[in-house]
Amino acid sequence: MLNVQKLNVVFGHGATKNHAVKDVSFAVARGESFGLVGESGSGKSTVLNCISGLLSNWDGTIEVDGKPVSHKRHMSFYRKVQMVFQDPYGSLHPRHTIDQTLKEPIAIHRIGDANRRVNQVLREVGLGPQFRFRYPHQLSGGQRQRVAVARALILEPEIILLDEPTSALDVSIQAEVLNLLQEIRTERNLTYVLVSHDLAVVSHMCDTISVMNHGQTVEIINRVQLQNGSLKEQYTRQLLTASKGYDRAAIDQFQDF
Amino acid sequence: MTNRQNLTGARAWLLTDTPDSAFQAASGRFYLGLLEFFRNRLAVVGLLIIITLVLTATFAPQIAPYDPIATDLASRLQPLSADHWFGTDEMGRDIFSRIVWGSRLTLYVILLVAIIAAPVGILVGTVSGYFGGVIDTVLMRITDIFLAFPKLILALAFVAALGPGIENAIIAISITSWPPYARIARAETLTIRNSDFIRAIRLQGAGPIRIITKHIMPLCLSSLIVRVTLDMAGIILTAAGLGFLGLGAQPPSPEWGAMTSAGRSYILDQWWLITMPGTAIFVVSLAFNLLGDGLREVLDPKSDS
Amino acid sequence: MKNRSGINEILLTVNNLQVSFPSPKGVVDAVKNVSFSMGREKIGIVGESGSGKSVTGRAVLRLLPPYARVRADDIIYRGRDLQSLTEKEMRQVRGQGISMVMQDPKYSLNPVRTVGKQIREAYTIHHQVPKQEARAQALQMLEAVRIRNPEQVYHLYPHEVSGGMGQRIMIAMMLIPQPGLLIADEPTSALDVTVQLQVLAILDDLVSQRGMGLIFISHDLELVASFCDRIIIMYGGRIMEMVDADKLHESTHPYTRGLLNCLPKIDGDREPLPTLERDDAWLDDPVNRAGAL
Repeated sequence: MLNVQKLNVVFGHGATKNHAVKDVSFAVARGESFGLVGESGSGKSTVLNCISGLLSNWDGTIEVDGKPVSHKRHMSFYRKVQMVFQDPYGSLHPRHTIDQTLKEPIAIHRIGDANRRVNQVLREVGLGPQFRFRYPHQLSGGQRQRVAVARALILEPEIILLDEPTSALDVSIQAEVLNLLQEIRTERNLTYVLVSHDLAVVSHMCDTISVMNHGQTVEIINRVQLQNGSLKEQYTRQLLTASKGYDRAAIDQFQDF
Repeated sequence: MTNRQNLTGARAWLLTDTPDSAFQAASGRFYLGLLEFFRNRLAVVGLLIIITLVLTATFAPQIAPYDPIATDLASRLQPLSADHWFGTDEMGRDIFSRIVWGSRLTLYVILLVAIIAAPVGILVGTVSGYFGGVIDTVLMRITDIFLAFPKLILALAFVAALGPGIENAIIAISITSWPPYARIARAETLTIRNSDFIRAIRLQGAGPIRIITKHIMPLCLSSLIVRVTLDMAGIILTAAGLGFLGLGAQPPSPEWGAMTSAGRSYILDQWWLITMPGTAIFVVSLAFNLLGDGLREVLDPKSDS
Repeated sequence: MKNRSGINEILLTVNNLQVSFPSPKGVVDAVKNVSFSMGREKIGIVGESGSGKSVTGRAVLRLLPPYARVRADDIIYRGRDLQSLTEKEMRQVRGQGISMVMQDPKYSLNPVRTVGKQIREAYTIHHQVPKQEARAQALQMLEAVRIRNPEQVYHLYPHEVSGGMGQRIMIAMMLIPQPGLLIADEPTSALDVTVQLQVLAILDDLVSQRGMGLIFISHDLELVASFCDRIIIMYGGRIMEMVDADKLHESTHPYTRGLLNCLPKIDGDREPLPTLERDDAWLDDPVNRAGAL
């Protein structure tokens, strides 16, 4: 469904040159959930931005459903691929009601039947019709994120890119949103690419996980490997240890990668 | 009481947490903004003065006791009296009537300048800020050129080229007023441009026109409304300045600036000739300042949580 | 009890702390009926957003805005009643008695002054010494937080250092006046996981070396459980439970259990996560004071 080959992104030039993504390759089958995990600066969000088209100075190949995508995206692309952003407080226009926010993509793509679609998608994310005419500041963080998911669904995409979708949420709300995302994926047979710094979230949500560091793929693993610790790379092992909490002996062994 | 119930009903409708329609949601927001505005007493004073100005201009024929341009040399330079509340000027015209009729000219200038300058400014600013690159550089340098001229001097040059008259004065003032609005709009756009909600709408296939008009401009409006209101005072003064120099409205037009200019020679003995129109200019400028401050409190998006 | 050094001295006692804020919808109780006491140990205050954990920390140091209403039966630090102090006396307590490290060094370090100057100033506020000596103290402190080249870092500006280093500088600044108690409000939440743990290790060492008490405020229950000695769990401005860290997973309080259960786990199955059913009765129940000092 999604094929990324030798993706490279370089920002700036000369002294401030930053090779943010180095030769990243991976493939995601239809209906699969793929995770990109890494610390800040690992390039994981940059990869997502390239796939979505928000970033256009990349080199390499990106194929969606067998067809390569160019640097400029065609309208039909947005009916195949959508994105959910990290910050529930920043991803909704503060002056538009939820109704306006959800109707806009329908208007842009001229697919009609707006009211029915809006009601349906709100129901799907667990929000009732009473939320339609509220403004974002009248919703809680979890509710805003649900609206963000609804907005991603309204164009009926096949692939959803998720950029740290629950990092800004309280733990109890995170559980609700993660459950919702899993439910939707099964119901609509969606393909997910999930970016997170949290190994537990990625392990819970994803079949295959790519560990990234400094723009490169360190290794590609699956949950079973995380569970029984059969990891090839030291960096991944260190990341796993760090996710288990404060262990003084282990911390003193940490290396800089 | 039925009346009281209705009021609670209306308030409840406006303040509900679960509005049923876009209209209800927008009305609710407007109502809350209105409430907050009215908490600021000075701003309300400003608003009242401006409403008075508008009413005076609208009902000028009914309010003014005398014809503003009819001369009566027999009763020239009369002090304040029951007959002539603000006295008469050097041509025997009733100053009060002239001020009342002059309010129309003042309003005319303000409205036209705002209508011309603000849209031009916001358009240039948002386009410049959104596209960046060459477009930004070119538009900003053009803006810089206009900004480099002091308002009055450019207006003077323009009027000198096209001839005096209030329409030309308005055009001249508009040309010098739009650059700051462009700057403000551009600054706001640069901040907004990188927000997640803009990225989200780009990802839904929105083109630049939709993004600029529906997403960026509404967010710039608040700071722009405040800036335009605060600028009103300056615009009035510039128009008065042009009138003072004889380049704005031409005699016998009761333009406040021209009246102040004419009153100069009589300032020592017949102080009312210059003081009355001068005070009118001052009061209206102050009112716009107060209103602008009040609007800023309500509309400032930074305090929008 | 883990990590208890020195005498069994009580550093801080808080009894029945209430903090309320005026709001358009009436008065809101951000903190209600919070009581605890602590000695030279690491206490974690855990809660979600709106639980009142940060407000509690700031109330102790009187760092809340003037429109906040703070009342308590007692806020006693080392025998001194903090509520009875004047602002001037309170300023002496801040830094030298109780110090506070906040979340993001980007926002808590002055961007227009070098790092070294800021640490030096933190020292000279409480000790009148010549500039050279203060500088020496600052350099020593930078070494104590394991910054490898203190001379160089001394002259850097906050935007020139990484997040982890910035936080270590913050810690240096807050510990240089040698407080007896440190309040750390989400000190590592803005950092990567490995850096987080390394910074906590430094904090751990400094706190035990100096015999200090530490209040560690965080939303990360598992991290606090592995780092602290005792844990206070807050919800809705009230204390739900106080437990020893090693007994956290045996807790029976419904909120604590709910929080623990709703976390995704690496070795979990992929079934839907249990979600937290909030019970308004928690806001009325008396506090479960298991594990009080």
